[in-house]
Amino acid sequence: MDVVTILVDAGRAAIGVPAAGYALSAIGLNLQFGYTGLLNFGHVGFMLVGAYGLAITVDRGGSMVLGLVVGIALAVVLALLMGIPTMRLRADYLAIVTIAAGEILRLLARSTFAAPLTKGIFGIQRFANDFFAINPIPNGKYGVGTFRFDQRTLWVLLVGWSFVIGAVLFVRRLLRSPWGRVIRAIREDEDAARSLGKNVFGYKLQSLIIGGTIGALAGMLLAIDQQNVNPDAFIPLLTFYAFTIVIIGGPGTLWGPVIGAVIFWFLFELLGGIMAGALAEGWFGDLLDATDVAQLRFALFGVGLMWLMAKRPQGLFGSRTEMLIDAR
Amino acid sequence: MPAEPRSLRGVPAEPGVAKPDPVLVVDGVRRYFGGLRAVEIDHLEIQRGTITSLIGPNGAGKTTLFNVLSGFDLPQQGHWHLNGGPLVGISAFRVARLGLVRTFQLTRSLARLTVLENMLVAAKAQIGESLRGALFRRWRPLEEANTTRALQTLERFGLSHMTGDYAGSLSGGQRKLLEMARALMVEPAVVMLDEPTAGVNPALKQSLLIHIKNLRDTGVTVVFIEHDMDVVREISDWVVCMSEGAVIAEGPSAEVARNPAVIDAYLGTHHGVIS
Repeated sequence: MDVVTILVDAGRAAIGVPAAGYALSAIGLNLQFGYTGLLNFGHVGFMLVGAYGLAITVDRGGSMVLGLVVGIALAVVLALLMGIPTMRLRADYLAIVTIAAGEILRLLARSTFAAPLTKGIFGIQRFANDFFAINPIPNGKYGVGTFRFDQRTLWVLLVGWSFVIGAVLFVRRLLRSPWGRVIRAIREDEDAARSLGKNVFGYKLQSLIIGGTIGALAGMLLAIDQQNVNPDAFIPLLTFYAFTIVIIGGPGTLWGPVIGAVIFWFLFELLGGIMAGALAEGWFGDLLDATDVAQLRFALFGVGLMWLMAKRPQGLFGSRTEMLIDAR
Repeated sequence: MPAEPRSLRGVPAEPGVAKPDPVLVVDGVRRYFGGLRAVEIDHLEIQRGTITSLIGPNGAGKTTLFNVLSGFDLPQQGHWHLNGGPLVGISAFRVARLGLVRTFQLTRSLARLTVLENMLVAAKAQIGESLRGALFRRWRPLEEANTTRALQTLERFGLSHMTGDYAGSLSGGQRKLLEMARALMVEPAVVMLDEPTAGVNPALKQSLLIHIKNLRDTGVTVVFIEHDMDVVREISDWVVCMSEGAVIAEGPSAEVARNPAVIDAYLGTHHGVIS
């Protein structure tokens, strides 16, 4: 088993485009879930409308900038659609509505009647050519030893991580303001916030919109990297990955989602590498084949998460004292 | 027993009586939960600048009345006015902004905010609380002014040594104090306290009562639900007794305590049950 290769691969995954995309997605979810207490189980829906908004606009002859605007506008509309009927209800209702909304959007995108726009199950490809056309990085491989990225990946990475840092700074500015304090007060106790004159409904909607917009940007980033949108990429599992990342990092912490995403992808890739290596070395004998190993990787990852929750329920960045305070 | 305030002198002790300077007026409010009559008040006035105790046996509708008046619940019928302005159908947060702030029977401290943050979040008209304000406007000068006021208030309530602690780490009594102090940050005209002294040790109870009196002395009208008759006697300017949703008696505490209807409601002789 080549430990160095496995580590390099894991390291590359840790700062790769999917890590950046998931970090961005998790930043949006963290604002909603970690800071406002909204149980948004349909975050993937925001990623979907972002990616499809961009892809369809370009496919129809619009520019990518227009596509970006359309994607964001769709995310705002989605947040309003999901939020207005449910925000006055208890948190669990939002969870049910959002998980359904995410699935409705995916099924809509793959339906025959939406196919003239979405191209159905085939999806839309090659809509980000303009983005790669303005890549200022000369052709070549950049990095050290085997830890290298080509100019195309590096360009996406640069833009992706810039967006991640931009999103964190934006969220930080909001959260350190009185607006952020109201948001956290709502997380603690809606009725108390209401009794102090805060328009809880409006704040929750704002949080849903901002978090959803960041999620839409994440969807666009991942779609641009793939040059492909496909309805079946936007399964509910993506939402739960984002939740996992938020929880690993620590809900309600500023950099938690970013570090969470890096760790998530590093460990996931590391585990995959080790297990593939172990399989190649014949350590599993006849017990497991390649398919089993791929499944087992998820199971082990789950066990690891359970261990983390038992040992550090507040996540890596969360404060234990804060965690131990009872809700009331 | 406190001297009856001049403002209420000569007001007859009968349910629904008119007061010289009412801040809060309730008319024909009906709240039913299915077949249960929770609140059925024909007329009630609360005199400005006084401490009014709301008493009555469990299930009399006191908390429901609080919920209705503060916009947390909507009655089937009726209207009520604060300073002459109608409050019907106005959402809870607007009612608070209009100057009627309530606390809850179960204290609602914002646990994972610090004591100081609990105070600051209640301050009114902080421009940084709007999204645009947070991003583009200079909210820090206001924040400093609010912090000064918050620290002074915490000082008065004896909480200034724990401004940086999480509110969730406070004891039950301290949370009651914090909740009351926090309500003051909204600069209310009327404060409605739902059982502020429940579950509080006697020493702290005394200090809570002093704070309630101080509130009145700064011009705030206080309405509070209380079960302890000693407390009621000690600080109330006026007592309103509810039973089965209706106001059955009101007046100075001594008179209400003598009122046969009140004794009936508490002891249940009317129904032949002793509770």
